[in-house]
Amino acid sequence: MGGILVIAEQRRGELRPVSLELITAAQGLRAAGDAVAVALLAADPARLVDPLKVAGVDEIITVQTAAAEFDPDAFEAAVGALISARSPSVVLIAHSIDSFGYAAALAARQGFGFATDVFKVERIEGELVATRGGYGQKVCVEVDFPGRSTVLLAVRATMFKAPDRAGSPAVTSFAAPSVVSRAEGGDFIEASAADDVDMTAAEFILTIGRGVGEEAKIAQFRELADVIGATLGCSRPIADAGWLPKSRQVGQSGKTASACRLYIAMGVSGAIQHLAGMKHVSTIIAVNSDAGASIFGVAKYGIVGDIFEIAEELRRHF
Amino acid sequence: MKILVAVKQVAALDEDFVIGADGRDVDAEFLIRDLNEWDDFSLEEAVRIKEAAADPVEVVVVSIGPEEADEVLRKCLAKGADRAVRIWDEAVAGSDPIAIARILAAVARQEAPDMLLAGVQSSDHGFASTGIATAGFLGWPHGAVVASLAYTSGEKSAVFRRELEGGLLHQVTIQCPAVLTIQAGINTPRYASLRSIKQAAAKPIDVRNLADVGISAHEVGEQGSLSHVRRMYIPDKGHAQLIEGSAAEQAKRLAGIIRAFKGEA
Ligand SMILES: Cc1cc2nc3c(=O)[nH]c(=O)nc-3n(C[C@H](O)[C@H](O)[C@H](O)COP(=O)(O)OP(=O)(O)OC[C@H]3O[C@@H](n4cnc5c(N)ncnc54)[C@H](O)[C@@H]3O)c2cc1C
Ligand SMILES: Nc1ncnc2c1ncn2[C@@H]1O[C@H](COP(=O)(O)O)[C@@H](O)[C@H]1O
Repeated sequence: MGGILVIAEQRRGELRPVSLELITAAQGLRAAGDAVAVALLAADPARLVDPLKVAGVDEIITVQTAAAEFDPDAFEAAVGALISARSPSVVLIAHSIDSFGYAAALAARQGFGFATDVFKVERIEGELVATRGGYGQKVCVEVDFPGRSTVLLAVRATMFKAPDRAGSPAVTSFAAPSVVSRAEGGDFIEASAADDVDMTAAEFILTIGRGVGEEAKIAQFRELADVIGATLGCSRPIADAGWLPKSRQVGQSGKTASACRLYIAMGVSGAIQHLAGMKHVSTIIAVNSDAGASIFGVAKYGIVGDIFEIAEELRRHF
Repeated sequence: MKILVAVKQVAALDEDFVIGADGRDVDAEFLIRDLNEWDDFSLEEAVRIKEAAADPVEVVVVSIGPEEADEVLRKCLAKGADRAVRIWDEAVAGSDPIAIARILAAVARQEAPDMLLAGVQSSDHGFASTGIATAGFLGWPHGAVVASLAYTSGEKSAVFRRELEGGLLHQVTIQCPAVLTIQAGINTPRYASLRSIKQAAAKPIDVRNLADVGISAHEVGEQGSLSHVRRMYIPDKGHAQLIEGSAAEQAKRLAGIIRAFKGEA
């Protein structure tokens, strides 16, 4: 059979942008004659079909689920059944919180080739090769899947551009097996607005990471941010420790620095989940004592040095 | 009552590391090992469940790894785990997270805990796969990225909130025994006291091999894995333009960039 199956992702009635990025990733893997099918699992999938009608998609498969939102048992059963029915050679899903909740269980039980947080996919001499990071993104790791006829790849968001041309794929439906869910989803709870600051509106951000070391040192950077006119932000461990409110956390599970044009990251290593909230900023300046820190990979300017020394010296200029 | 906590000894890189001769991993000489950050939180969660329970609860930590992994197990014993199990066999080398999960599932079958906790991901390779794959092998209910948990040991269900993109929380009620992967920040892990560190050093670690847990060599290692490492390489350092000089000179340049930005704004 072959072909490529993309699993689109929705939340609370909206298609998640990564769904379209996966379609682009699929194009690079297409061998002659390979069709690309996009499956959409939702309580009312028909409502979300239109945005998936883009160039490069041959078929959209709607899969109606009993629950309105992600359910690990239902998703594993539905995607598993779809793969059995279609025998795709490659299945692309998002490396997202929802896929964390079922993809590994599915791959483990079915014996699919499997890799997560993949940011590059290609065929080398016919072999499927996926690239991911290792050791805090300091190295790249190429993996392959000898002997696996179906390979499930969880692809990192924001690595592929959404297709920009419309298409006219066929729309079909697939009946998901009915399952008794053992993990029942309930309400959504918005992250509390513990602070008045809106990181998404800030144009100039000074972010501190775990390099700050201790809570007592936060004040110094708060004052520095004030005098230079920046909004103080932080990486996740600083918010987790309660040293700054969660509303100042930049990254995948925090805020996106949407309006930011100058981002100074001090003592931040550059984990992918942090980069998810700021790597798009046009001018990023990283200050880190480790010349190998992956934050330097996205920064425009880098200072290899001690954040306290730099902060103290910088303070003299304002 | 029993809670099983899977803990991993992760590796960070020393400065000026090199890739080993086979081109598939960093030369082990340059690896600095420690307890995975996320596992500190899941252990703390287990110890809190134990401390809040009316009936006795045993917290058992398990790690798949060579002898040097004893170090992280001792750290866990010092922080409140009651018992430590380590599984190793030369055949396990080269295992991906799925092969590791197969072993963890075998241990869980032997230990029969009421709950199995793992970390969301490991700080070195960030697979975010092992815990949920373990649940897959066991056929247990599972939940990933748990940012808060209400569970009384022995109960037939637990309520947790999984943390989604953007910090949005989603409440879930799950049947037990279950596998949950715990997110950093769910609690504030305790520090081990000097006294408990000393006591932990004297505690035995229950070392088992594959045969002890009923797994054969071909189910682990590269043969038992769903992916195979072709090559590891150091990526291009990117495009950062380094600002050189003394701290004073670097800060002066930085101040200039900030001024230029504000002038243009
Ligand atoms: C599902 C999920 C969601 C997540 N969401 C987010 C998120 O939204 N935002 C986020 O930030 N993280 C998030 N994370 C966590 C992320 O994986 C990293 O753990 C985190 O970003 C690391 O923060 P850090 O860079 O401050 O700390 P570290 O990685 O510990 O880095 C500290 C850095 O400081 C440097 N340093 C130390 N001392 C000094 C000094 N004196 N001078 C200069 N440099 C110094 C070190 O060299 C190091 O590079 C998430 C993780 C998961 C699994
Ligand atoms: N070798 C191991 N021994 C015990 N637990 C492990 C091991 N590797 C991974 N884990 C568990 O899986 C989590 C990390 O998941 P992953 O990112 O898939 O490696 C850790 O927090 C542990 O709970």
